[in-house]
Amino acid sequence: MRRRDFLESVAAGTLTFFFTTPLGSAPIIPTRPGAYPEDFNAYLKIAADGRVTCMVGKVELGQGAMTVLAMLVAEELELDPAKVDMVLGDTDLCPWDMPTGGSLTMWHTAPVLRGAAAEARAVLLRMASRAMGAPVSDLVLKDGAIWMKSAPTRRTTFGELVQGRKLERHLGKVKPKPLADCTVIGRRVPRKDALAKVTGAAKYAGDLRLPGTLHACILRPPAQGQTLVSADTSAAERVPGVRIVRDGSLLAVLHPQPDTARKALALVKGTFEGPEPDVDDARIYQYLVDKAAPGQRVVISRGDVAVGEKRAATVVEAEYRNAYESHATLEPHVSVAQWEGGRMTVWSSTQSPFVFRDAVAEALKLPGDKVHVIAQFVGGGFGGKLAGPDAVEAARIARQVPGVPIQVAWNREEDFFLDGYRPAAVVKLRSGLDAGRGAITFWDSTVAGVSQGEAELAYEMQTSRYQAPTVSSLHPLKVGAWRAPNAHTNAFARESQLDALAAKAGLDPVTLRRRLITDARLLNLLDLAVETFGWEPAPGPTGRGIGLACGAWRQGLVVAIAQVSVDKATGAVKTERFLEAVDVGLVVNPDGARQQVEGAITQCIGQALSEEIRFKGGRILDKNFDTYLLPRFSAIPRIQVVFADTGTSVTQGIGEPPVVPVAAALANAVFDATGARVTHVPFTPKRVLEALKQVPAK
Amino acid sequence: MKATVSFVLNGKPVTVESPRDRMLVWALRDELGLTGTKVGCEAGLCGACTVLVDGEAMPSCSTALGEVAGKSVLTIEGLAVEGKLNPVQEAFKEHHAFQCGYCTSGMIMAAWAFLKKKPKATRSEIVEAMEGNLCRCGAHVRILDAVESAGKAMGGAR
Ligand code: FES
Ligand code: FES
Repeated sequence: MRRRDFLESVAAGTLTFFFTTPLGSAPIIPTRPGAYPEDFNAYLKIAADGRVTCMVGKVELGQGAMTVLAMLVAEELELDPAKVDMVLGDTDLCPWDMPTGGSLTMWHTAPVLRGAAAEARAVLLRMASRAMGAPVSDLVLKDGAIWMKSAPTRRTTFGELVQGRKLERHLGKVKPKPLADCTVIGRRVPRKDALAKVTGAAKYAGDLRLPGTLHACILRPPAQGQTLVSADTSAAERVPGVRIVRDGSLLAVLHPQPDTARKALALVKGTFEGPEPDVDDARIYQYLVDKAAPGQRVVISRGDVAVGEKRAATVVEAEYRNAYESHATLEPHVSVAQWEGGRMTVWSSTQSPFVFRDAVAEALKLPGDKVHVIAQFVGGGFGGKLAGPDAVEAARIARQVPGVPIQVAWNREEDFFLDGYRPAAVVKLRSGLDAGRGAITFWDSTVAGVSQGEAELAYEMQTSRYQAPTVSSLHPLKVGAWRAPNAHTNAFARESQLDALAAKAGLDPVTLRRRLITDARLLNLLDLAVETFGWEPAPGPTGRGIGLACGAWRQGLVVAIAQVSVDKATGAVKTERFLEAVDVGLVVNPDGARQQVEGAITQCIGQALSEEIRFKGGRILDKNFDTYLLPRFSAIPRIQVVFADTGTSVTQGIGEPPVVPVAAALANAVFDATGARVTHVPFTPKRVLEALKQVPAK
Repeated sequence: MKATVSFVLNGKPVTVESPRDRMLVWALRDELGLTGTKVGCEAGLCGACTVLVDGEAMPSCSTALGEVAGKSVLTIEGLAVEGKLNPVQEAFKEHHAFQCGYCTSGMIMAAWAFLKKKPKATRSEIVEAMEGNLCRCGAHVRILDAVESAGKAMGGAR
């Protein structure tokens, strides 16, 4: 897929969930792209020794893609997953794929790969049948060998059959094995990256150490959006071994040692220009609301809200906010580029090798086939490594020093400064419950900063209106996709609001949801969560500190229940227990799926309680982990994960769904503990204290 | 100023020519080619660069080479003996106590330094010992389980 096609597919909405635009449209369920190759040889190679290699354009971010994709191949070819070698994210070797994000690997790529492996299996059986003169029905395929049921000593191997050649035969679509016959899917399988990761042998892009590498440190403006006007590099140039490269407004200090390059960069004096927005982290919310106001339009409308409001016995109006949040992957952005023989090779920490390739090609005005991107182990992504600015920087510099590998490794301050944050947002909700406390009579939602993506869940709301701005450049800071974009912002607002309605009407929050839910899967999941947790129905606040929230990402559903304790003197919230019940269809790798849920809960405890980018104009005030607070071990609760048994239903991805309801469940738990409604994510101790002041004295 | 600094690295004597105020992590990764030790913050805040200096867990991003002269430095590459994983590595592998793995070397080193002194630690003592190490992927629960079970394997069953 060339860049133009890629952009077209973005415009057509097929990729909107990757790039959070503040446009008003809800994310559109992407159609399956047609660009996956039909020929299974693109995905599978069988070497002369019988060893199977699987090539996929996804990458290993830690989410376990390497293991789960090998499981699918192993299932069809009757192998131990350990015997399937994975080549991931190499744009020369792997067939095109979409970025690794949006929970797409299992939804998009897995069926394609499973189909390819199923076809390869059928072809191998036909070849064996011909070679052995036996009908396919008399053949057994297992562990890389094929033998006759009727004469088990008559056997052949994958290696003998294929002899290192490409498989020429094609059978078209072959059905994968029925689930009842599967022996790998659904089993706990050792992670393929385990040994490399516990021994330090796993190579990340910054670990390459190609001979002759120069480390490039780039001069940054003090504020986002500013560009370099002039620079005095004389002091830096006096450092032995330093070399300066300039390409337009890009100025880099090169040195064989990364730390020396960084020190020399500090000697460069630059002047920059560019406007700075007159806004900061306190005023951002009003800023967004004001800027969005003229462009607000109705994106979903059912019934007449004014009429619905007249029917309401209980009305709640509230404004929900969230701050900018950084991806803060533990591995900062890093790429190595080398220009040699008219081709640019880039080794990157990337979620999207093919997007990186196209971005580099465009920046250097090269045809796409002159750029080769090779993904390495990636030290976390979460939506932060989709676009490739570091790869483009490394390539621009490398273009000027032919043959020399150039490493661009952002330090932590650069990583915070250059990140595309989870957008700050404001959601205004006004809604009402009827006198019988069984129906939402109206629901009126207006957002600024995000779209209405995943704003609706399967709740009966016959009269509703959702508004979102059409203005596209709402944010003063760079924003991007942060794991389940839009969905967590909207779920926080919706689930907090439902809780507030239930409390005001004197209703148990689970009972209210049961009355509203229109979808059997969600209802079953709610029951599963409530039973596993041991929820005792009571209208809040009960003082127990237990809160519940539901959420969705596409067809993936989650019900979360949190238990917290709140220190009323300091405002500190401690998460004691957190349960998620998850329905993502058929779970291929149960332990991997569980890891994703545990990780999402843990990560979003930080999102809910402490993570916030502070800024003034274009200046990012958070520069390291001393002020930007990720959850540490002492913040981790007891975590429980249960999966709905959904038989054979289509596998949804699991990266996004478990993120969605976490902050909402915690906020509802804070309310249940104290009677204080926190409406601003993160609910830091200061914000909790403010909310506590609003609680009417008994 | 260039200087010669000698220390014992993973059991073998090494000498590097480097200024004494250069941070250990750069010497390890660049001069000595041991890239298992990671860099996450360069400020002693994340623990990704943790190594053992004379048995104590130290952030190698904030430990000057001069400070380790004549001492013994252990990195993740030095933990396994003749291909046999150390009990902490083994437990991390078994529990899948990682996702992206970028924090893993530092986690294992911090846990090893702690467990050697206190294999019979309680869960809350382990939490306290690991508090300086960040994991962005949220592998914490498994890391605690792994450290606990490594402690047991080391004879520290409570
Ligand atoms: S890199 Fe040394 S503590 Fe973070
Ligand atoms: S496993 Fe990714 S930071 Fe810990």
